[in-house]
Amino acid sequence: MSPKAALELVCPAGNLPALKVAVDHGADCVYMGFKDNTNARAFPGLNFDQASAREGVNYAHAKGAKVLLALNTFPQSDKWERWQGAVDSAAELGIDAVILADPGLMGYAAKNHPKLRLHLSVQGSATNYEAINFYHEHFGIQRAVIPRVLSLAQVEQVVKNTPVEIELFGFGGLCVMVEGRCALSSYATGESPNTCGVCSPAKAVRWEQTPKGLESRLNGILLDRYGKDENAGYPTLCKGRFEVNDETYYAIEEPTSLNTLEVLPEMLEMGIAAVKIEGRQRSPAYVEQVTKVWRAAIDSAKRAPQSYSVNPAWMAQLNNVAEGQQNTLGAYHRPWK
Amino acid sequence: MKLALGPILYYWERDTTFSFYDAIAASPVDIVYLGEAVCSRRHNLRTEDWLELADKLAAAGKEVVLSTLALIESESDLKTLRRITGNGKFMVEANDMGAVHQLSSAKVPFVAGPHINTYNPQTLELLAELGARRWVMPVEMSREALSHMQATRPVGMETEVFAYGRLPLAFSARCFTARHFNLPKDDCQFRCMDFANGLTLKTREGQPFLALNGIQTMSASIYNLIGELDSMRATDVDVLRISPQAFHTDKIVKLYRDALDGQLTAQAAAQQMAKLMFDQPCDGYWHGKPGIEQSYLASAEDAA
Repeated sequence: MSPKAALELVCPAGNLPALKVAVDHGADCVYMGFKDNTNARAFPGLNFDQASAREGVNYAHAKGAKVLLALNTFPQSDKWERWQGAVDSAAELGIDAVILADPGLMGYAAKNHPKLRLHLSVQGSATNYEAINFYHEHFGIQRAVIPRVLSLAQVEQVVKNTPVEIELFGFGGLCVMVEGRCALSSYATGESPNTCGVCSPAKAVRWEQTPKGLESRLNGILLDRYGKDENAGYPTLCKGRFEVNDETYYAIEEPTSLNTLEVLPEMLEMGIAAVKIEGRQRSPAYVEQVTKVWRAAIDSAKRAPQSYSVNPAWMAQLNNVAEGQQNTLGAYHRPWK
Repeated sequence: MKLALGPILYYWERDTTFSFYDAIAASPVDIVYLGEAVCSRRHNLRTEDWLELADKLAAAGKEVVLSTLALIESESDLKTLRRITGNGKFMVEANDMGAVHQLSSAKVPFVAGPHINTYNPQTLELLAELGARRWVMPVEMSREALSHMQATRPVGMETEVFAYGRLPLAFSARCFTARHFNLPKDDCQFRCMDFANGLTLKTREGQPFLALNGIQTMSASIYNLIGELDSMRATDVDVLRISPQAFHTDKIVKLYRDALDGQLTAQAAAQQMAKLMFDQPCDGYWHGKPGIEQSYLASAEDAA
């Protein structure tokens, strides 16, 4: 096994204020996207233009943090130039690494910007070392973000069999499907993460108060109906309540957050290079809270891995900002499956 | 255009599977994809069984392709993968970049399956250089997007389109069928075997929406491009894929064949198929719309 980088904290930057609070509160890296569908959080009002990207890079670099750029949607057949231009911009802006999913785009980046560091996005759906090593051999990727499907034992197997650094999701909204392999959103709305950088897009969402309760619909399809005392979350397609065999329940996934604080020492031990916080669509207040807690936790686990334990105050702070106010270890913990 | 039968995406009894392929051997399908593409826990047929079936179907004149798992997680999944990619006899459909890695390293030609995200000409070109001889369009791709791919398609590359069946939309680490029965995945008791076409998921107002097939989520509606044969020809599609469903798959194959050969109008074929389909048709993706929508003959049905 090659020596791996120490566990870095990678925080979301949906805009310049979020980037600054992440850097100020201890993020080793921030990741961001441009203001178009070249990234998987192509939401209105979010992301960076050239000027704010430049300011963000300068800010982060001045404080010793790295900036990663997500270009992790799949270039659509007739609009290749947009993605190619985004790679060129990243190199010009001095971005520390681009996070890519599309093999064609990786080929372009490796050939035209050989000094630009490449990370394989979670949207690249690489769930085994054979897949990761493919991207390493052909494009020289230096890090891969693993889909949220493997158990910790399976992650360890990957780490042992690749020279590529491994980054794991640590906290935030939980995709229950293998990233890059979910077309549920386009089935309902015509737009998906792969094709448009969105999932269950806001423009397709309708809320309606009815005698039966508050209803959320996605392109007319009923995703859920809430009673008076129930909290209504953002209507992501896979987190609605549906009927299967006349039983109504969260048939795919409850609205919960992934939270892996308790397995930090295991992650360190197996040589995980970085832990990623989800949530470029969330507020700077969320980014600040989560960055603070994770910085403290990682420092604590590094200082004394044997005696590390999750501080209840950390959990309370994270639960305040978690989706659905519940959290789970997800696939890292086998019974979840 | 050639007709292909995709891999069985559901989990059927062993005997059912063998008799299914007996019927397929006699059906007018040109290419048969074989193997378990969805869940590594399913084992009614072992790799040796699939290879035996492959020999039988090849003897019946079919082009046989072995499909690999879309979601490869464990060392034992990789071991199975190596057996398939190294079979030395039949072409392999790669459904994951790990499979592409093995096949391209061994310099053997392959099919880039529907779960390889081939969304642009640059990626298709790369796959061609790696040894792909055919690619299967992602199900969510539209005709318009496909036409851009076809304009610069590498020489010798065949294009296959998923044309019939419940759409494979998503994969997860979680088994949704086991979840429905409150069973852990590691002790799933293979309940997916009780649902030969998947387990239909409806909205709270009773609209069939999705289908749970173990770790895979499918459309409840049946994607059917029978009304688009002319537009597929005009887009230079080489192969149409029919995805096996529990009933009448051989009849669906025959209707597609007759429509392709001009023995039957597309409309007549569609009307006959309507009686054989266990859920609503959809064709939205081909038209660049939400996949769940249906265009072909929709207005005629409204009028009827």
